[in-house]
This record gives sequence, structure tokens and C-alpha cells, in this order.
Amino acid sequence: MQFAFTEEQQMIRDTAEQFLAEVSTSEAIRSAMETELGYQPELWQRICGELYWQAIHIPEAYGGMGLGQVELAAMLEQMGRYLLCSPFFSTVCLGANALMVAGTEAQKEKYLPRICEGLTATLAYTGISAARGGGRWGADAVEAIAERDGDEFILNGTLRFVPDGASAELLIVAARAAGTSGEAGISLFVVPAESPGIERKLLPTMDQTRKQAEIVLSDLRLPADTLMGAEGDAWPQLQKILQLATVAQAAEQMGGAQQSLDLAVEYSKERAQFGRPIAGFQAIKHKAADMMTRTEVARSAVYYAACVAEEAVEGGELAGELGEAASIAKAYCSDAYFQNAGDALQIHGGVGFTWEYDVHLHLKRAKASEHFLGSGDYHRERVAQLLLD
Amino acid sequence: MKLSFSPEDEAFRREVADWLKENLRGEFEQLKFRGGPGDEHMFAEERQRWEQKLAEGGWTCVGWPKEHGGRGCSIEQQVIFHEEYARAGAPGRVGHIGEGLAGPTIIAFGSEAQQKKYLPGILAGTELWCQGYSEPGAGSDLANVKTRARFDEAKGKWILNGQKVWTSLAQESDYCFVIARTDPESKGHKGLGFFLVSMHQPGIEVRGIQQITGTSEFNEVFFDDAECDAEDIVGQPGDGWKVAMGLLGFERGVSTLGQQMQFQNELNEIVRIAKENGAAQNPAIRQRIAQAHTELKIMRYNSMRMLSGQSGSDGSLQKEALIYKLFWATWHRSLGELAMDVLGPESQILEAAPYELSRLQSMYLFVRSDTIYGGTNEIQRNIIAERGLGMPREPRPA
Repeated sequence: MQFAFTEEQQMIRDTAEQFLAEVSTSEAIRSAMETELGYQPELWQRICGELYWQAIHIPEAYGGMGLGQVELAAMLEQMGRYLLCSPFFSTVCLGANALMVAGTEAQKEKYLPRICEGLTATLAYTGISAARGGGRWGADAVEAIAERDGDEFILNGTLRFVPDGASAELLIVAARAAGTSGEAGISLFVVPAESPGIERKLLPTMDQTRKQAEIVLSDLRLPADTLMGAEGDAWPQLQKILQLATVAQAAEQMGGAQQSLDLAVEYSKERAQFGRPIAGFQAIKHKAADMMTRTEVARSAVYYAACVAEEAVEGGELAGELGEAASIAKAYCSDAYFQNAGDALQIHGGVGFTWEYDVHLHLKRAKASEHFLGSGDYHRERVAQLLLD
Repeated sequence: MKLSFSPEDEAFRREVADWLKENLRGEFEQLKFRGGPGDEHMFAEERQRWEQKLAEGGWTCVGWPKEHGGRGCSIEQQVIFHEEYARAGAPGRVGHIGEGLAGPTIIAFGSEAQQKKYLPGILAGTELWCQGYSEPGAGSDLANVKTRARFDEAKGKWILNGQKVWTSLAQESDYCFVIARTDPESKGHKGLGFFLVSMHQPGIEVRGIQQITGTSEFNEVFFDDAECDAEDIVGQPGDGWKVAMGLLGFERGVSTLGQQMQFQNELNEIVRIAKENGAAQNPAIRQRIAQAHTELKIMRYNSMRMLSGQSGSDGSLQKEALIYKLFWATWHRSLGELAMDVLGPESQILEAAPYELSRLQSMYLFVRSDTIYGGTNEIQRNIIAERGLGMPREPRPA
């Protein structure tokens, strides 16, 4: 047992940290988030061309670097910390994972090398009633309908809450056979986003650092070779894709929780009241100590889940734990990030309430990420089902 | 990163489990799940016999180096031992203060004569230890120790006067390690000595403290011209603080996973009751049980990180070790509340008069001490903020 970074993993983490501290500055985030695209194409090209991050865990056979989920988590932690505006999460953690988990060999050969070259992708699976009951993120969220028509499929429906859905070049779409419900009847398809029958609308979002879209499918006609995995029986694959994405989201959240703490501590050391830095008051110290405790606990949860995710991908004795480990990480990190961001705002006092300081960016990302792929309450209920039902 | 244990370690796990299964029965059957926090006063004699049984099998002091009579287990093996021990429901160790605190201190800082004199009794489970640190005026401010030690030239012995408090197992112990002021003019952490003192002498009186559980695990210990041989001071007069702080380093680490296994036993009991009485259908209770489970799992991952990492070369704790006490103590306190809320009004009815508590009732009350002893949550937060985040230190009046 060695639950610590290897030298190589540490190096990947450090490289990501240095690069992002330099390029994802407050000014860079703000200029990216104000655009419809949501990121600076030059920066994304630099990431894809010079650093090759988008290829990190794609197998070498498809042109990737062939690293694992732990390396991916280490990178995501830094992206969450520096609020990198980029299609990395949607492309790598949704798109590439979906292809790797559910794609046919032909689909992998066709698309994974292109993702390595910078093609963007995302996953669209939640329908308009995904918000019912405070959020549905399981099989019951799949609402689009796929009907067979000879060798083809015809897809209809509205998909909502799709990360980078308006800009992604490749879509992985989940739909179900008419008349089915729950885990039954679900199929996955891979389709270029600019296809007739696909209409995409950018949704204005409170968190401007990650864009969301609504996608309307109107008699979208797809050939049989766009089908991923087993027709009508793709839930186990979709579930695994979502579990991997949930771990990835938690990794970003943990990075955000760390940054909220760092911003707050740094500010408290500079800000003087009553003739001394407010960092010296126990009311501030104790809040910061709680923030650090949450951050470190979140870190332990994320890296454990990343190790389990690695075993789930590569085959290992802990593979069966993925669902639980993902829910544990997401439940804890969702709450930890939001609490830390809120505490960071409080420690900043009045300036924390301004647009100028970056704290509000974290407060907004924290809530947005909490409500993507299930909030703390949602994942605790999943854990409760494992324990109590 | 790698989560799994090696095949050798898994073989070791089976060896431990088999031995426990083989030996934790007969007269020891009644000790299962007993003697933990809140229950430490129970079956003291039987548990000391169990301690000796462990010693016969070579299962005391498994982490001590071989040259000092230990088993020389690796960190992983120590973790496994503590996990299996708790999984088997083996009783709270009466020898844990000797094995975990006194022994390692004597190994690290003691003279060869002290090692020869004291280590064998700890290894054999025949001599029990208690810790003489806290005083009525030295709680969070531990350096404010008032107990005095004066060297009597005529007797050739140290003479101790003063009072210690919150001393667990004092009534069962053969020895106590005591920090006392050797320089009467000194203040704070200077001028202290670290003494190994026999409890079997007229100058020492032990009085139990009745706690909120109605029971008395903790004691007051009064030193009234108590004697300590000249060679039983660890280090030099004035070194006491250094030795005591070195010892704190032994208090964390490998035993944490065993502690978590006890927590798991408690949570399992709560889950069992919740399913039985229908509390498991209550959405609010479901959330709290899931939260407790989630955080206990992460506590384990955190310990694995703690054990895999390297402490700073100056003995400083890594971040995940720094937060550990605050996290588990707060978690455990919440677990106590959850236990009562799952039981509902039945939680308020005792097993028997006058004040016989069930295991969970006792746990619920006892956990109120977790966030106080060994550094209160407030002191922990100061330490985290100062050492972990570089925030200004609390003012310390000269």
C-alpha cells in the first residue's frame, strides 16, 4: 500500500500548477467567461499542442499518453483551483471517457486520435425534467427517444444542462426506446454536433466559467454505426461514464476548496483591523482551520476515488467500489467546496461581495458543480441506499 | 498510488485473524467489544490476563524494534494488526499506555538501565502504565505544570509533590510517567523533568472522578512526598518538555485504523437499529447515517495517506495528520447524537437503575470528552491555523 503520489504524479501536478498559475489569471478567466465560447481558443490550442493534457489518459494505441485516473485527478485538481476556462472537463471527462467505456473499436479509432488532436466533445444525457425533485442524475434522467427505422435510428427530445453543449464538436447522446423507463431501453450514440436535426442553445449561467446548453433533437437521423455499445442496454456503460465524471468533478471541487482557503488566508494576513492582521483573531483562525480540515478530508476522498476509478478502468479488486467511492467523494467535495467558498467570502468581508475579487467566482462554481451530477444530498441518498435498503 | 496490500501482508493478516479467533474465547469471550472508550473501567483484571495472553503469542508491542523485544512489524503490518484486532472485537487494551506511549519514549529517550528495567514488564503485559500530564491548572495550557520535583541528597531520590488529573487507568497502573517542575523558579515549558514513578507507594493517592457517565475511568492522582529513584528521570532535569513533546509524536499513526474499526462497529450497531425500528425510512436520518458512513470511510483514506507519507524532517506533521484529531473527534461526537436520534425516546431509558447505560448510551455521553482531551477542538484549530496555515500565533504572556 502506497497512498501517496509517485514522483511522476507529483511532477504532473506541479507542472499543471505552474502553468495554470501563469495562464489562468483573474484577467484571463474574466475575458474567457464573458465570451459565448467560454474559453480562449489560443489557450486551448496551447494546452492541446504543447502540453497534450487532453490526451492524458487516452491509451497510447489511440495516440494518447496512456496515463491513468490518478494523473487525471491531479490535473483536474489544479484546473478547479485556478478555474481554468476550457473544454477540458467536457471533452476528456465526459467525451473521451464515454468513448473509452462504450465506444466500438471503430468509433475509438475514429474519434480518440482526433480528441488527442484537439477535437472537443461532450455528453448530453439529461432531459428537461432532470431538475425535478432537486436533481435527477441517474437512468431516469434519460428522456430523449430513439426509435429504430430499418438500419437507422431517429432521435427526438430536449437535452438540458449539457456542459459546453453549444460549442462541443462531438456529442455523445443518451436516448431511450419509446415506452421504456428506468435503466431499461437506454442507448448511446456518437454524432458530430453540426448535424441536421440538432439545434443548440447556449443557456446563460450564474457560473460563467463553465457554459451549459440546451440541445433539441428533431428527427435526428443516425446511421447504425453511430450506436455505442449495446442497443437498449447501455445503462451499465452510461453509469460507469457518469461515475468516472463524478470523481473528476469532485477533483475539481477539491482544488476549488483549496483555492478558496488559500485566498482567504492570504487576504486575512494582509487585511488589518484594530491595529493587527485579522489572521491573528481566533474567529478567523478557527474558520480557516475548519476550511483546511475540509480541504484535506476532500483530498483523501478524491484520491481514493481516483485509485478506485483506475481499478475500475483497468480491472482490479476495487473496481466494484466505484459507485460508492464516487458518491462519497462527490458528496463530501460538493459541500466542502461550497462551505469553503462561502467562508472565504465571509473572511474577505465587504470586498468578498464585489465583482472585482475572485471569491464570487468560486462561490458560483461551487454551487454549479454541486448541482452537476448530483448534490451532496443526492449522493448521500445513494450511499444510504447501499447501507439501508 | 497503490491501495492494495502485498501478498506477504495479506498472509500476515490471516495469521493475526487466526490467532485471535483461536484465542479470543473461553474466559475471554466475555471481553469482546468491551473496555473501549467509556468502558475502560470494566473487566480490568480479565483484560490484564488477556494482555498476558497476547504477550505469550508475541502480539504485544508489535511495532517496537526487535532489539527491544518487539515484533518489528512494518507500518503496513501494524495497521493490519490493529484492524484485525478491532474487527475481531478484541477488548480495549489495558496496556496501551505502556505500549504506545511509555515504551516508545523510553526506547527513544531513556537510558539503557531504564530500558532493561521497564520494557520487559510492558512486553509481558504484567506492568501497566498511566500518564501524568494534566493538572487542575494545566489543561490546554499544559506547560503550566505546578507539580514539583526536588532532589533529596540524603535519600538520593526525587521527591514529588502536587496533583495530576484526568489520569486514565491510574487505579490499575503500576507506573506513571510524570512531568514535574525540577526548577522551582521556572515557568512554562522550561525547567521540567520527565519521571518514571512507581504507583505502589504511600506518597501517592488515587481518587476516581465520577463522570457524566456515572462511571470513573478518569482519576485524580495526588503526590505527597512521593519518591522516584535518581536514575528514573528520563533525560536531564529541564528536558521534560522535549521528552513529553517527542512522545506526542507516538500518539498518532498506526492505531488510528484500529480506532476506526471500533467506530465502524458502533456505526454498524446504529444501522442495525435504524433498520429494525424504521428510522432507516426517515429521509433526514438516512442523510445523517450516509454522512457518518461517508466521513468514516474518508477517515480511513486519510489515515492511509498519513501512514504512506513522510513527516517533515523537523518532526512536523503533514497536513492530513494535523487535521486528524479535530476531524475524528468531531465526527465521533456527531455519531453519539445520531445514535440517540435513531433510538428515539428509547434512547432515554436506561438498562437498569441506578445508572446502567447501554453501549450506545455510554458512547453518546463519553464522546463529549473526545473533543476535549488530548487537545480540545479549539486548541486543535489554533494548531492547524498556526502550523498548517502560517497564521499568527496566540499571544503567550511571558
